[in-house]
Amino acid sequence: MLPQTPKKTADTEKQKRALFQRKIDAGQKIEPNEWMPSEYREMLAYQLTQKIYTETIGMQPESCWVARTPTLQRKVILLAKIQDEGGHGLYLHGVAETANIPREKITADLHSGKNPYSCLLDYFIQTWGDIGAIGWLIDGAAICIQVSLQRTSYGPYARSMIRICKEENFHQRQGYQIMIALARGSAEQRKMAQDSLNRWYWPALMIFGLPDDQASHLKDSMKYKLQLYSNDTLRQKFIDQTVPQIEYLGLEHPDKNIKWNEERQHYDSGDIDWNKLSSIVKAHSSCHARPRLQHHRKVHAEGSWVREAQHAYRQKQIQRKLNAAA
Amino acid sequence: MAPQVAKKDLSTHTLRYAVRLGDDALILGQRLSEWVSCAPFLEEDIALANVALDYIGRARMYYQYAASLSPHHKSEDDFAFLRGERDFENYLINELPRGDFADTIVRQLIVDIYNFHYLSALRHSKDQALAAIADKSHKETRYHLRRSRLWTVRLGDGTEESHQRMQRAIDEIWGYTHELFTQDSLEQLLVEKNIAVDTASLRTQWFTDISATFQEATLTLPDTEWAIHGGRKGYHTEYLGRLLSEMQFLHRSYPGCQW
Ligand SMILES: [Fe+2]
Ligand SMILES: [Fe+2]
Repeated sequence: MLPQTPKKTADTEKQKRALFQRKIDAGQKIEPNEWMPSEYREMLAYQLTQKIYTETIGMQPESCWVARTPTLQRKVILLAKIQDEGGHGLYLHGVAETANIPREKITADLHSGKNPYSCLLDYFIQTWGDIGAIGWLIDGAAICIQVSLQRTSYGPYARSMIRICKEENFHQRQGYQIMIALARGSAEQRKMAQDSLNRWYWPALMIFGLPDDQASHLKDSMKYKLQLYSNDTLRQKFIDQTVPQIEYLGLEHPDKNIKWNEERQHYDSGDIDWNKLSSIVKAHSSCHARPRLQHHRKVHAEGSWVREAQHAYRQKQIQRKLNAAA
Repeated sequence: MAPQVAKKDLSTHTLRYAVRLGDDALILGQRLSEWVSCAPFLEEDIALANVALDYIGRARMYYQYAASLSPHHKSEDDFAFLRGERDFENYLINELPRGDFADTIVRQLIVDIYNFHYLSALRHSKDQALAAIADKSHKETRYHLRRSRLWTVRLGDGTEESHQRMQRAIDEIWGYTHELFTQDSLEQLLVEKNIAVDTASLRTQWFTDISATFQEATLTLPDTEWAIHGGRKGYHTEYLGRLLSEMQFLHRSYPGCQW
């Protein structure tokens, strides 16, 4: 009897895996209580955590300009955008909870440094033009990825992306509108627009991750449809769509050697400094100071008395109800 | 008998009144927006941004109306960005620093109860534009007040620390509440014309409401006598100048630009 048991388990595991993969290949969704291979769960957890950090830490750089917007209308639009990002963080926390990843853990792992977040979020937002460039390019790049994730295999994740994409389009539009106003404005404003484009174009390309031949989990995540297109495919789509947008603004393309390739029917990028860009993605350890992380820790600590009070009050209410019933 | 006021003067007075109300809303909205990505938890970042958005939206409506009354082709942004410390006529309570979460909740409770009654009355203003703004704003304020009441009770009756923080916040802000119920001759004149709200008449109700919430929250009213005035005359705390210099810097750095 004894020797047979492990074999039987192995068989079932193999069968379960085959069934799981068939489901994914057929384009069916995986729902929270279904069986899933451990590496699927891990990849899903990693992706969700990263997305949550991007949404929530991403609120910081933009919020530093809310106080200084050049008009009241821009203030309202920017605030609404940042508020959306917070909402995206909440939806995704909800998705993570369906996969048994509690919110407290996601925050604790961020604070302890166990989970890195993209160095891009630590980039300084220097000018008002950066607010335009971020909406246009960074949110724009994120949309390319998120649109494809509307068909991802994990049901709650796919559904949250449908909701998120609706709002992201508004984010990109408001960023591009800022750029249009700057590009059509005074000489100083045009200079501001060009400068922001120059600084944010390259980081935007890195949102898509490492080049396919260097991306270690790409094959698996595509097999499991946690990613629908490869990093380079999505990056190319973004590069192609951005060229006419830059032209429309009448600005110079930051990639001096970008060229249309008739054969590929795509733009060939010129001088992408992959070493520098990879270090943005990979090397969270090489970022010396992590101001956004420090801020997140500080704010979390400052808010602890509020959360404790909320909890204490709830406990008192329960106790009062019990006493009244007794 | 009310003095005869020429039609042109009345519109000038109404303009100034609308700008004041816009100032109150803008300065508080600006302060509230400082909470975004600084709140105790994510839901509060979103909720406080929401309240800030309501206030800034309200400021825009008042300023736009004032702009329509202005003979000088002014815009909402001219009111917000091109006036200095002495030109703003908001109540001082709105410009105080955001402080900690207790400071913010106490200020919101004071202002929300006040606005609840104020906007209720302004809805019946003879000036239809102001009445319409009040009508829209009152709906928002009902929601704001529900929030600030809930938080006051939770924090007042929460832990020892939260109780102390709330009590300290009340003691430190109380002197700024008196100003809300005193009016200068401009507003008195508009009250007589049934355009502005008679704030003195709101005081008893405001006091009854806030006392009731404090009692539920196990908090006490301060017995100190200090009172500070000046906002409606353009006499401000030092906080306003700093707030304006941050808020206005970009707009003023590039005069006459479109954004
Ligand atoms: Fe987002
Ligand atoms: Fe976004």
